Amino acid sequence: MLELNGISKEFGGVRALSNVSFTVKAGSVSALIGPNGAGKSTLLNAISGIDPPDQGEVVFAGERVNGLSPMTIARRGLSRTFQHLELFGDMTVLENVIVGRNARTKAGFLASGLRLPFALREERESRKTSEEILDYIKLSHHRDDLASNLPIGEQRVLEIGRALATEPKLLLLDEPAAGLNMRETRDLGELIKRIRTEKGITIILVEHDMDLVMSISDAITVLNFGEVIARGTPLEIQKNPLVIAAYLGDEEA
Amino acid sequence: MGRGNFMALALMLLGVAGMPFLTSGSYALTVGIFAGINALVAIGLCILMGSAGQVSLGQAGFYGIGAYVSSVLSIKFGLPVALSMIAAMAVASFAAVLLAVPALRLKGHYLAVATLGFGEIINVLLNEWGPGGPSGFGDIPHLTLFGYTLSSTTANFYFIWICVAAVIIFSLNILNSRTGRSLRAIHGSETASIAMGLDIVALKMKVFILSAVYASFAGALYAHYVTFISPSSFNLFYSVLALMMVVLGGITNVWGGVAGAIIITILPELLRKFEEFDVLVYGLILTLSLLFLRKGIVPLLIEKAVRLKGGSGARA
Repeated sequence: MLELNGISKEFGGVRALSNVSFTVKAGSVSALIGPNGAGKSTLLNAISGIDPPDQGEVVFAGERVNGLSPMTIARRGLSRTFQHLELFGDMTVLENVIVGRNARTKAGFLASGLRLPFALREERESRKTSEEILDYIKLSHHRDDLASNLPIGEQRVLEIGRALATEPKLLLLDEPAAGLNMRETRDLGELIKRIRTEKGITIILVEHDMDLVMSISDAITVLNFGEVIARGTPLEIQKNPLVIAAYLGDEEA
Repeated sequence: MGRGNFMALALMLLGVAGMPFLTSGSYALTVGIFAGINALVAIGLCILMGSAGQVSLGQAGFYGIGAYVSSVLSIKFGLPVALSMIAAMAVASFAAVLLAVPALRLKGHYLAVATLGFGEIINVLLNEWGPGGPSGFGDIPHLTLFGYTLSSTTANFYFIWICVAAVIIFSLNILNSRTGRSLRAIHGSETASIAMGLDIVALKMKVFILSAVYASFAGALYAHYVTFISPSSFNLFYSVLALMMVVLGGITNVWGGVAGAIIITILPELLRKFEEFDVLVYGLILTLSLLFLRKGIVPLLIEKAVRLKGGSGARA
């Protein structure tokens, strides 16, 4: 589904990523972990095209996508959420999800203004799909509330819902559990598992909550100072001395 | 279109239909015509600013292009007025694309200054190249539709307000659709909009074009109604006036543009009795309303109405 070959990225002489290579299998949940500043978010931005890599190649669904605009990459089936929430705060919960449908719909100014039949049909379908997604992520009761009025946990879930509306093949989640309490984190884990098994969407998540990471991931990649220091199953990662030294050791201390 | 919009539209059309019978003489109708023309400009600016979050201090430029191009085409080239109006809107759209190229890289104050510069450039061009230079020109033909020439004030009044109604419906359709949501999404978060696959460059360009089409249509209607134009009607003062209309009425709602246009057009007429102090009172009223009605009149009224009903409607 996703293949990274020798991704490097510099910010003013500082190597944020150096020679990062790994492959993500279709239909898997992969976690990206590492201490703060390890380059996890930089890597997500490089994959989604928001901040393309200086070197290396991103192959998504069999095609090289680095150099393409994030818009094009999104339309090819890569969607994401943001560490610092980027919801459309002045829009309702339902509207936020419908915007996700825009990647799959066409009506422009004229078609919308004149209410052409195809635009109305598209609108009905978008609404229906979006309402189904709200049911799926269990936010239907907030349908007409402003997105900015939701508690943080539900805002994170709403971002996932909005991303689902674009019909992604690959979903990037940037710290989806940040700011969530234990129960919310557990529900989030369930949602991610359901998205993987029921919708068959491949998921990559950056996350600090180790219980969540260990319970839902098929594979874990550990970054430290912009380099991949380990990759394996949750069990392998927990036992890896390099990882313990770089990361888990600090966590337990 | 929701129930509120439908009622507002019905109310507006009722008022328009009754106006000629409630007033005597053509004075009130003439003011009404200018209010309608201004409303067209204001609606475009509302969508541009309130929905898409783009500022423009250059609407007078589009307004002037509409008036001048349509007049010149109909006088010098003998084009039917309806056709020359359409051509004027096409020219204004092209100008909007030219403006959008630098504007897409700018935000907030910088965008305001860039659009202001655009308006001033157009005004200079009208002064230099326009027929009659700074003193303008006359004998512009009235609009003829299906063999009927709109020369009387009443006919123009009805026609212009029917156009306003059509533009309102068209605009509301846009705002309550995929396109309108995309515009508001860009306003909310460009980062997220891009990640959702929105083509924000194309959307910003198109919303500039939309506002230019409305403004140039208004300019053409103005020229073919008053039959005399000069560059001074299309200077920075008009751009600021258009901005005042939408800010006073409320930028987040097209009805705000309409209400603001009506108020800003009528207010100076009502203040005539203050004679030499009219500008002072005018300024005072505007300053106070901006201080106390910051969100704009229409959004505040909607909030009040929602609160009275005890509902918690998210938006109008």
